[in-house]
Amino acid sequence: MNTAIEATGLVKTYPGDVRALDGLTFGVAEGSIFGLLGPNGAGKSTAVKILTTLSRADEGMARVGGHDVRRDAERVRRTIGVVAQKAGVDPDATGRENLVLQGQLFGMSGREVQARADELLGSFGLADAGRRAVRTYSGGMQRRLDIATALVHRPSVLFLDEPTTGLDPEVRAEMWGEIARLNEQEGLTILLTTHYLEEADRLAARLAIVDRGRVVAEGSPAELKGGLHGEALQLELAADAADELARTALLELPEVREVAGEGRWVRARVDDGARAIPAVLQSLDGRGIAVSSVTISRPSLDDVYLRLTGRTFDHAGSDAGSAQTRPGHEMVEVS
Amino acid sequence: MTALAQTWPLTLRDLRAFLRQPWYVAITLVQPIIWLLLFGALFKSIANVPGFTGGSYVDFLAPGIVIMVALFSSGWNGMATIQDLDRGVMDRLLVTPVRRSSLIAGRIANGAFNIAVQSVVIVGLALLVGADFSNGIVGALVLIGVAALLGMAFAAFSNGIALLARKEETLIGLVQFIVLPLSFTSATFMQQDLMPGWMQKISRYNPVNWAVEAGRNAATGSLNWGYIGVRAGLLALLLVAATAFATRAFRSYQRSV
Repeated sequence: MNTAIEATGLVKTYPGDVRALDGLTFGVAEGSIFGLLGPNGAGKSTAVKILTTLSRADEGMARVGGHDVRRDAERVRRTIGVVAQKAGVDPDATGRENLVLQGQLFGMSGREVQARADELLGSFGLADAGRRAVRTYSGGMQRRLDIATALVHRPSVLFLDEPTTGLDPEVRAEMWGEIARLNEQEGLTILLTTHYLEEADRLAARLAIVDRGRVVAEGSPAELKGGLHGEALQLELAADAADELARTALLELPEVREVAGEGRWVRARVDDGARAIPAVLQSLDGRGIAVSSVTISRPSLDDVYLRLTGRTFDHAGSDAGSAQTRPGHEMVEVS
Repeated sequence: MTALAQTWPLTLRDLRAFLRQPWYVAITLVQPIIWLLLFGALFKSIANVPGFTGGSYVDFLAPGIVIMVALFSSGWNGMATIQDLDRGVMDRLLVTPVRRSSLIAGRIANGAFNIAVQSVVIVGLALLVGADFSNGIVGALVLIGVAALLGMAFAAFSNGIALLARKEETLIGLVQFIVLPLSFTSATFMQQDLMPGWMQKISRYNPVNWAVEAGRNAATGSLNWGYIGVRAGLLALLLVAATAFATRAFRSYQRSV
């Protein structure tokens, strides 16, 4: 299998001694979806900017489609499609005009680019909106146009920086389908950055967990979760104030390996969930802590992240907390 | 060829964005009229100053207003670049194979188009209020060409500043700081030899004055091709320098992202 994206020891420091990347290294196999997972500020966007030739690394080397991003920027640009975190389409222009301009900048001829624009508007469900100004589009439509624009020149590698941030859950699910389709049907290599654990789990064949500019773990979602033995036990307490007490109580039990959580939610890693439950309930009951529900599940990427960085995913990023999966609220089952 | 193939669609994009703002179009067309009538009325008595040789004041002023409007409108050319930076459009353009010089060329070509339209409006109005363009259509076309040269140079400069400052406020402040003094230390409103001595000296190095002198000589003066050519040549050099500056400014922006 050829390597479509290769990053080796990337270092990037911004003025004020902000070290955004600190030796980032990973590789993406041709034709696969690879996820860079981490909280805001972990360095994911910086990595994408360097790999897409927008920015330059201070140290390290990167190749995309076999071309060096620094020495061969022009060839890299012809190989890649980029959907940045901030929508890059022109709101004053129509959807079609955005697509046509993009194609023209890649040197496509008039007839070729018109046909391609029609094709993309059709396949992204924008056929009726093509002649409307983009500012009248919904968030989901703008995102779709964003992706369509990145595909005009038929790139072989697609970069998606936080493709579903700010979209409502329904549109997000649609987008996931779209991304999977591009990979399966068009054979695109896709690098996806996300701070949604669920998204990485759902889409990426392999992923790297990024923390403070470095890869702290790499593998398939199943491998990463498999590295955590046992199961996750998730408890919902009847009262808000008891979580501290509950965590202390659980840590004393030999069956329990790790405890985390917040508010009414407590989550514990145990070797065997079915066996641990009676002991857990008994211990809590003995301290007068009422439990309203218990769930057992295989570990999620939440647990992996917590394990690797010592922080819950929610609190790792500066402003990552608002929109993402809260630990314990959504468990991702792996069968 | 590549450069043209890339520049034209970018120019078209700016042009379409401009035409889709009817109020902006209206202001662009009305403002030069106000300048011409306002300054024409305000400074009318300059024609009676002993030593003034320009004939009627409107003959003298009209070419100056053409240049001034070119300067003013091109100063704002970089605003579109700041908008593109804010909206993420620039980041998308920069990861296509487009040349940085084409991005600048697209912007200044759109600026040149605006200047041409505004200039025609001013010339037409000046004729209506009795100006005499003694060198006819050739003189008027040379005047418009010189105005476009100056305007494109300032448009390129404005885009360079936009890429360095990346803030509307900075660009607005700087343009205002530069544009008015340049207009008033040129022969736009006042015949050169009636200006204070120190100002005459400054005006020799003032690109706005090069354009005013060349444009006025072409439209209403002796149509001296050598005199015009030297000044147009200097403006062309300025355009090349400003474009090089703006093209390089992309590096500064890309270092910051």
